[in-house]
Amino acid sequence: MTGLADHLPVLQVVVPLLVAPLVALLHPRGLAWAAATVASVASFLLAVRMAAGVLAGQVFRYALGGWPAPYGIALEVDAFSALLLLILTGASTMALAAGRASLDRQIEPHRQPLFFSAWLLALAGMAGILVSADAFNIFVFMEISSLASYVLVAGGPDRRALPAVFRYLIMGTVGATFYLIGVGLIYMMTGTLNLADMELRIHEVAEQRPILVAAGFITIGLALKAALFPLHVWLPNAYTYAPHAVSVFLAACATKVSLYVLLRFDFVVFQGNLAGHDAQFAAFLMPLAVLAILVGSGVALFESNIKRLLAYSSVAQIGYIVLGASLVSVPGLSAGLLHMFNHALSKGALFLAVMCLSTRLDGLTLQDLAGAARRMPWTLAALVVAGLSLIGVPGTAGFVSKWYLMTAAAQEGLLGWLLVAVIVLGSLMAVVYVWRIIEAAWFKDAPAGEHAGVARGEAPLGMLVLTWLAALLNVWFGLVTQVPRELATNAAGILLRHLP
Amino acid sequence: MEFLGLYHYWVFVVLLMIGFYAVVAKVNLIKKLIGLSIFQSAVFLLYITMSKVSGGTAPIFSEQISGVLYSNPLPQVLILTAIVVGISTTALGLGIVVRIKEEYGSIEEHEIQEIDRQ
Repeated sequence: MTGLADHLPVLQVVVPLLVAPLVALLHPRGLAWAAATVASVASFLLAVRMAAGVLAGQVFRYALGGWPAPYGIALEVDAFSALLLLILTGASTMALAAGRASLDRQIEPHRQPLFFSAWLLALAGMAGILVSADAFNIFVFMEISSLASYVLVAGGPDRRALPAVFRYLIMGTVGATFYLIGVGLIYMMTGTLNLADMELRIHEVAEQRPILVAAGFITIGLALKAALFPLHVWLPNAYTYAPHAVSVFLAACATKVSLYVLLRFDFVVFQGNLAGHDAQFAAFLMPLAVLAILVGSGVALFESNIKRLLAYSSVAQIGYIVLGASLVSVPGLSAGLLHMFNHALSKGALFLAVMCLSTRLDGLTLQDLAGAARRMPWTLAALVVAGLSLIGVPGTAGFVSKWYLMTAAAQEGLLGWLLVAVIVLGSLMAVVYVWRIIEAAWFKDAPAGEHAGVARGEAPLGMLVLTWLAALLNVWFGLVTQVPRELATNAAGILLRHLP
Repeated sequence: MEFLGLYHYWVFVVLLMIGFYAVVAKVNLIKKLIGLSIFQSAVFLLYITMSKVSGGTAPIFSEQISGVLYSNPLPQVLILTAIVVGISTTALGLGIVVRIKEEYGSIEEHEIQEIDRQ
């Protein structure tokens, strides 16, 4: 144990966790924001360092307090965790760095230190879920991140956020408690909480009913937290009425972190040990994924509030990710994981563009948007680029993962071709709902009898530059796909190591 | 006899369902939170019962005493953490309910939806 490099996994949690209480004390204007951003950038650098190590074939293991696993709490960062850590810390950094002006408007100055403190706690909690290799520890971090995100969502000036957050709290707690029941039943049967140890020991008791019940509780509980259709009802309102910067942060990573736990449990712990688990997993999740794609996109077609429209599109995108996983094959799962990364890029960039719009427009419905492109051409051009990536137009990140997803689905015979049809149909609906935004902004005239509130020029420069950076990243990762693809393929290999 | 032998699991299941029913069926936000608390408490009981070993005593290790049966202390430690989590969730939930009452003047779910629709 020498040098900082050995402590990378734990630093990923400790840095934001320690800075969080300090931030709460920083009252001078802007200081709390600056400290939170610096901590978030530091987390991002740690994640990049670990992703580089993982790509070089390293697996980071850490025994907390020097207690060896399975007795102590173990941390482990492999390709799957590294991929998600990049998404998480990247989204947090972009949202904080770009969101300053927007947050200044939406959060009262005296509440800002506490707000940024909650932000860092959410970051620390989600990072903790991703680095932990201990089932109960994951539960604790899950609750830390959830409690902090409830505070973040409720922090804005819109009162409709309050009922939304209450529903989010109820459903999130029910989901986490289901997970806790599942972990308890497994502990009862195996006497261990360490995931790797569980994987070995669960074999002896695999056919007994408590383990099957535990698999059910864990899958449903985490699907609830991941907003998988039809358990998504908390998501649209929470994303719509949250402060705009929080929408950027949560839309890019919150549900994906829960999906991470779901996939890790189902593939690593249950798959190799429960007879027929992969068939059940596919039979249960594939219809839900298909429905998520169709219903999510379908509802988005008729939404008039842009943030709600994008939130329903997120429900559909979770469907694509789960669809990839439910194929239970390495190509399918790696396409799903790659889609996690690419969807975070495109949805993050879209919500950043929406945040830019919100600084200059009175409302965020399609009517408010009419003719906005005349005054904010740069913002809306970035929105078009990110929108193309969400649709999956060749040359953007969204195309790469959807292409892999379709190739993987097509290998499954007749059913596979039906799935390909679903993906194409979902993408066509995406064309329509992205087009509705573009049409309103670029081709409609601003309402006559112009009132003073309508678009007053471009968004603040810093916010605009970072939005364009996110939009260009969509193009960059559409052309240079190596890093996320390699991480996703390695991660799929690790998860499906039990596959015959 | 199997039914009676497993009575502590029945307590867990019945409490869990009572709590879950309240969460789903009640429209009053405070009642929903009470349901949520019952729901979580049921899980605490599941953990506590599983750690009990018949005839087991508190796990205090001593050189002088040997051949004593101990109960498993780990689930109790785990559930101590889960209780803290439960309290924070309830506190935050109640805080949100207070804010909802301030903003909407009601804590009945359907009335709030009615106000939002206007």
